[in-house]
Amino acid sequence: MNSIVEYYLSSIGKKIVMSLTGLFLIIFLVEHLIGNMLLFANDGGAKYEAYSAFLVGNLVIRFIEIFLFAFICFHAILGVWLWFVNRYKRDTGYKKYRLRDNVPLASRTWTIITTGSFIALFLLIHLRSFFWPVRIEGGHMSEYDLVCRAFSDPLYGGFYLAAFILLGMHLKHGFQSAFQTLGLRNRKFTPIIDAAAFIVWFFIPLGYASIPVYFFYYSQIGGR
Amino acid sequence: MNFTLHIWRQSSADSEGHFETYEARNIPGEASFLEMLDILNDSLVTDGKEPVAFDHDCREGICGSCGMMINGRAHGPGRKQATCDARMRMFEDGQSITVEPWRAKPFPVIKDLMVDRRAFDRIIQAGGFISARTNAIPEANAIPVSKPAADEAMDAAACIGCGACVAACPNSSAMLFVAAKVSHLALLPQGQIERGDRVQRMVAQMDKEGFGNCSNNYACEAECPKEISVTHIARMNREFLRAKIYER
Ligand code: HEM
Ligand code: SF4
Ligand code: FES
Repeated sequence: MNSIVEYYLSSIGKKIVMSLTGLFLIIFLVEHLIGNMLLFANDGGAKYEAYSAFLVGNLVIRFIEIFLFAFICFHAILGVWLWFVNRYKRDTGYKKYRLRDNVPLASRTWTIITTGSFIALFLLIHLRSFFWPVRIEGGHMSEYDLVCRAFSDPLYGGFYLAAFILLGMHLKHGFQSAFQTLGLRNRKFTPIIDAAAFIVWFFIPLGYASIPVYFFYYSQIGGR
Repeated sequence: MNFTLHIWRQSSADSEGHFETYEARNIPGEASFLEMLDILNDSLVTDGKEPVAFDHDCREGICGSCGMMINGRAHGPGRKQATCDARMRMFEDGQSITVEPWRAKPFPVIKDLMVDRRAFDRIIQAGGFISARTNAIPEANAIPVSKPAADEAMDAAACIGCGACVAACPNSSAMLFVAAKVSHLALLPQGQIERGDRVQRMVAQMDKEGFGNCSNNYACEAECPKEISVTHIARMNREFLRAKIYER
């Protein structure tokens, strides 16, 4: 068998694919968050729209976007597949099984699949709300106005906040897990990874959460 | 002390199992979990009933044969102990205790609490050894080993192959066991010759035996009686990657 295929088919190989796609998605999350901070420029969305026009116009970015979509699908499908395969490895379950004594909430298998699936649902709704009207339908409304309108609805904003909390949990497990899979967790690197992990799982979701909160508040005080 | 025991009884590999309830009376607090089962078995035999079958050998935490799931925890409550190290004073008087065999597809039940752990032996046979001529004992100082490497290798070598890591893992993954063996030999000069082959063969055998995929939740480390660290799993992942890139 071709050794790359053989590698991928091995249990460790699949894990490496999970970790590399996951880390790529984290890089995207950082980029997307920094870009979105332009929404706070208080200029009626001028800077944000310029940034977004730059992304759409740039061929390199369009190329990376294809990978982004592919990686999300790959990560999600492989994640769900692994979850199912792993459930099948214990045909008679335990009558008593106290995983919670040994494993923190974010890392339990049930949590990872739930948080991951919720993120997938969130992504579909998120893309339908912003990507679809702007990029597929062709905008009759500016992106900034779309954002203002969407988050004036507290239900929609609340859904985002819930998704970001679950994203935080997914990352709390995922970030350290990715480095473990790549073989980088050891006495030297673990403290660094754990420190970086806190920034990733706490501050990235917090940064995202600021957007719906800000725009809801904005709508309440009579902004657009 | 008195206990109500719910014990998995299964007369053979292909028969249906079920839980049976027993009362264990007048158990000294200093009895080990296995001694408590001995006392129970004595009374079962006296009553003309079939005693509960369980694996055991050394009864001092070094052979790795005595694993069982006790109230949902591999090797019982408490840390860093095999089932034979667990003492009945760790439980409350009158407590009910559920005792189950290790559950994993690659560890089929043989009888009651005994499971077939030969999958581990086959993983070792696939590469968990060094090829050396057995002859006169070589001079020990001829092969220098650094102190940190020796310490780390000895920590890995402490694995007794009990299978608690598989039993505790929600995915029934054997990564901690295999990693301990790979790590142990990869750290020592004697293990260098077969280093790349070893990790590839052992991982391939592990997958073939049908163990699950690790999801890095570290339930294994929490239940391992020998405190094998998951950093060995990271090392195995690294060894595997290295072997796939540089070898063959
Ligand atoms: C922004 C989106 C996402 C990010 C940044 C992300 C990140 C990560 C990272 C870094 C890991 C750790 C990889 C490893 O274990 O080595 C991971 C694991 C996982 N992710 Fe995601 N993920 C995202 C979306 C999703 C989605 C949509 C699903 C779909 C169900 C999902 C399901 C999973 C599962 C099941 C695992 C655990 C795999 C295992 O260890 O067996 N993730 N994720
Ligand atoms: S790694 Fe620990 S739990 Fe697993 S077989 Fe070895 S001693 Fe037992
Ligand atoms: S009987 Fe040997 S480890 Fe328990």
